[in-house]
Amino acid sequence: MLGLNKKDLGVLLLVALLALAAPILLNPFPADSGMAQFNAGYPDLMQRFVIFGIFAIGYNILFGLTGYLSFGHAAFLGVGSYSAVWMMKLLSMNVIPAIVLSVIVAGLFSVVIGYVSLRRSGIYFSILTLAFAQMSFNLAYSVLTPITNGETGLQISLSDPRVLDGANAPSYPNLFGAQMNSAATLELGSWSFTFSVGYYLCAFLMLVAFYISIRIFRSPFGLMLRAVKSNQQRMNYTGLNTKPYTLAAFVISGMYAGLAGGLLASMDPLAGAERMQWTASGEVVLMTILGGAGTLLGPVLGAGFIKYFENIFSKINDNVLHGWFSFMPDGLEDFIVTIIHPFVGKGWHLTLGLLFMLVVIFLPGGLVEGGQRIGRMFRRKKSDPNTPDGETTPAE
Amino acid sequence: MNILEIKNVNKRFGGLQALGNVNLNVAENTVHAIIGPNGAGKSTLLNVLVGKLIPDTGSVMFDGQSVLGRKPYEINQMGISRVFQTPEIFDDLSVQENMLIPCFAKRDGAFAMNGYNSVGSQQDVMDKAEEMLVEMKLADKRHMHAASMSRGDKRRLEIAMCLAQDPRLLLLDEPTAGMARADTNNTIDLLKQIKEERDITIAIIEHDMHVVFSLAERITVLAQGTPLVEDTPDNIKGHPKVREAYLGESQVAA
Amino acid sequence: MDAILLQLLNGLDKGSAYALIALGLTLIFGTLGVVNFAHGAIFMIGAFCAVTLSKIFSLSHLASEPSGTDFLGKPKYEDILYIKEWFGESAGAWMLDWSVPLSILFAIPVMIAIGFIMERGLIKHFYKRPHADQILVTFGLAIVLQEVIKYFYGANPIPTAAPEAFRGSFDFGVLLGFDPNAIIYPYWRLIYFAFSALIIGGVFAFLQFTTFGMVVRAGMADRETVGLLGINIDKRFTIMFGIAAAVAGLAGVMYAPINSPNYHMGMDFLVLSFVVVVVGGMGSLPGAVLAGFLLGILESFASMNEVKNILPGIDQIIIYVVAIIILLTRPRGLMGRKGVMEE
Repeated sequence: MLGLNKKDLGVLLLVALLALAAPILLNPFPADSGMAQFNAGYPDLMQRFVIFGIFAIGYNILFGLTGYLSFGHAAFLGVGSYSAVWMMKLLSMNVIPAIVLSVIVAGLFSVVIGYVSLRRSGIYFSILTLAFAQMSFNLAYSVLTPITNGETGLQISLSDPRVLDGANAPSYPNLFGAQMNSAATLELGSWSFTFSVGYYLCAFLMLVAFYISIRIFRSPFGLMLRAVKSNQQRMNYTGLNTKPYTLAAFVISGMYAGLAGGLLASMDPLAGAERMQWTASGEVVLMTILGGAGTLLGPVLGAGFIKYFENIFSKINDNVLHGWFSFMPDGLEDFIVTIIHPFVGKGWHLTLGLLFMLVVIFLPGGLVEGGQRIGRMFRRKKSDPNTPDGETTPAE
Repeated sequence: MNILEIKNVNKRFGGLQALGNVNLNVAENTVHAIIGPNGAGKSTLLNVLVGKLIPDTGSVMFDGQSVLGRKPYEINQMGISRVFQTPEIFDDLSVQENMLIPCFAKRDGAFAMNGYNSVGSQQDVMDKAEEMLVEMKLADKRHMHAASMSRGDKRRLEIAMCLAQDPRLLLLDEPTAGMARADTNNTIDLLKQIKEERDITIAIIEHDMHVVFSLAERITVLAQGTPLVEDTPDNIKGHPKVREAYLGESQVAA
Repeated sequence: MDAILLQLLNGLDKGSAYALIALGLTLIFGTLGVVNFAHGAIFMIGAFCAVTLSKIFSLSHLASEPSGTDFLGKPKYEDILYIKEWFGESAGAWMLDWSVPLSILFAIPVMIAIGFIMERGLIKHFYKRPHADQILVTFGLAIVLQEVIKYFYGANPIPTAAPEAFRGSFDFGVLLGFDPNAIIYPYWRLIYFAFSALIIGGVFAFLQFTTFGMVVRAGMADRETVGLLGINIDKRFTIMFGIAAAVAGLAGVMYAPINSPNYHMGMDFLVLSFVVVVVGGMGSLPGAVLAGFLLGILESFASMNEVKNILPGIDQIIIYVVAIIILLTRPRGLMGRKGVMEE
């Protein structure tokens, strides 16, 4: 079905199911309970899950398959956001033109940057992309202020022309009238679930993006990209031109980033230069690696993981901590709270940095590999009595 | 008929004359060995043929077309495949995937944006790869990680990958370097078999005289960047100039 | 003419900082083969060494005896600086005033220790890993270091003054026959430039004239061969990492009065320093120094109004533009060696 084999179809259906049921699955705690702060099932956060999921899925096509480590992909996300907001200012509050243009502009932008950066490989490539991203960031802040509105960021206003919108058109981003921020709430006892239009639009596009990425992974093109990572010399001497392959991967991942940027702006119609900063590029690298670079599911997991913990950790303050550890004797309680304090609340970035290091040091294959390792451990335990020599069947 | 014609090729690196006025023809459907002491310019010549180096002067014609100024992948697409001294394969991929890549390169050319169909749906390429795997006795290792194969199998896979493209000229760069005697003999047998079964020209650069005399129909001796003699193996064996060149080398080595 | 001279001078101090950071990056890259994204953080920590020392010197306690009464008639207690109490009134005041230069003494052991810990504790395990992993783990470390500093010192820049004696400016114009006040240049920046020149000279002399330096240079050229000679190259490389950290740290200490230290200054400088290293040529020490000054001066020329009127915003991007052009036309950089990081 859908041109996928059984296993891939299973993964796709699993992701689709999770995405559809996310408003329920991510709200396991009753709204009035103390655990409600761990709920993630509200539109704003779920939108970020899937949008950054798209960003990471695209980045994985470049980094995971070809091994080219770009430090500048946030630039494409930023460009996508700016284009989307401009579309909403000039044409229509309908998000379709905004999203389409953000993908196209980010694509064009990545053709130019990719063409130049890909003339070098390895560390030079990383530094070139970093230089381009910083350059875009600096330009967005300074000379390009007429387009980007500098530090304030680009916003929509009532006086914008919006030539396609009639007099009664909604003044908030919408899909043919359905506003992105409109939502239906389902109350079940003390549980409360919110189903928002914006989230489902993002989730749908994420599924499309994920599906395309599976097709790319399984295609001859995907095979060539993995060959680029493995041995460029052999590729050249096998009559294959590596440049267009890497450029195509770069542009595809740039367009994914543009889509993510366009969606961010569609959910909340503003765009700022800080989205292009190189720490933002670092974040998508982390998501991809944390989940598992080169795996299908990894980037989605990584993006969800990071955005969830960013949200949770940022909300935890000393009062919350004291609440948790109140069962302890006072001295110990204060001590533990003092220890944890730097890592939560505003200290999320510290945790992020540590996580970054820990993953690279101990789990270079990411969560997916970690999961596989655990899975293998269990399987071996089970099959041990039957195969005394511990030899497992050859991998498929 | 000559498939490869090298005329007056010169290449200098700074003060070093790596290739001096090289004239060399390789006849179609022969096995032609190029031998010579270390630093004779064998590798430089090979790198000129595959487009890695551009000579200062001279011409290199493959099947009536110049190869000079073309990129390695373009030269490969013309029909020249190269086997490296240490096997260059795609270590991170499976044996089958390794085999598929040259088959795609043969069918689709240097670049094809075939990103939507699955590899498995490309039946013609799958069949071709399978055929090669069976022919080269690699079929049972199909799903093996290429990196985990033995050196002999890696060499076999690399040669298989080159043959999958149906090249007209196969260049071998010391294919048995660093191999044990048994592996060397296997490689010799494999190459003999390839020669018998296909219309293919093989040019081989080799240090091991055992390999050279088992395979070659013509031998060119290179010394200090210039061809010294070119003849049949039997005539080369007793040639005084050749002895001198190799004797010279052993004296330097001592 | 005077404007050009002024920009030339202005470019020197930024160029000095770039050169010093790039020098350390190159030393680490050349010797250990590691791309260190945390090097900017070391520069930043150096600057915070200066902040720390001046904070320590400003520690005070209330006097036990009232020095008079305030306007409500209550007894007034004066703040008494500990250093004045311990070292006497004038010496204490001098130490507080000179806290930035004195920080050098404090920073050297601290920076070397940080360098050692980083190399032995983390970087050592990454020699055999791909460059991408090295970049990523040091990137993570850079975030951690900057967040730790932010936790202790806050997010706002902390003004740190140069000694009173160097706070003025020097009128260069008069010296060269221009009008007074045409080219004025703060003393501290002159000192920064001289200091950088001294350190750069010191590092080069060390590498050129000591046996230790000779081995390191040989190791940079061909690590395996030197290893084969039975020389314990790893231990020397650890020391080089310490030296590189000290160089960046000192660059940071002395930069504190020029630009009030903040927690993200390391990242800001790092990106530019990488560009400097690439322009200079990966693995080339003279290249790093040359490119550092060159780009610093170029940047300051680009910020002249005359230039900005023709090319708006050029000052923001000049360094990147130059880097991109250089990388595309001379992939090895200005003075790069063949075969360094080339695939």
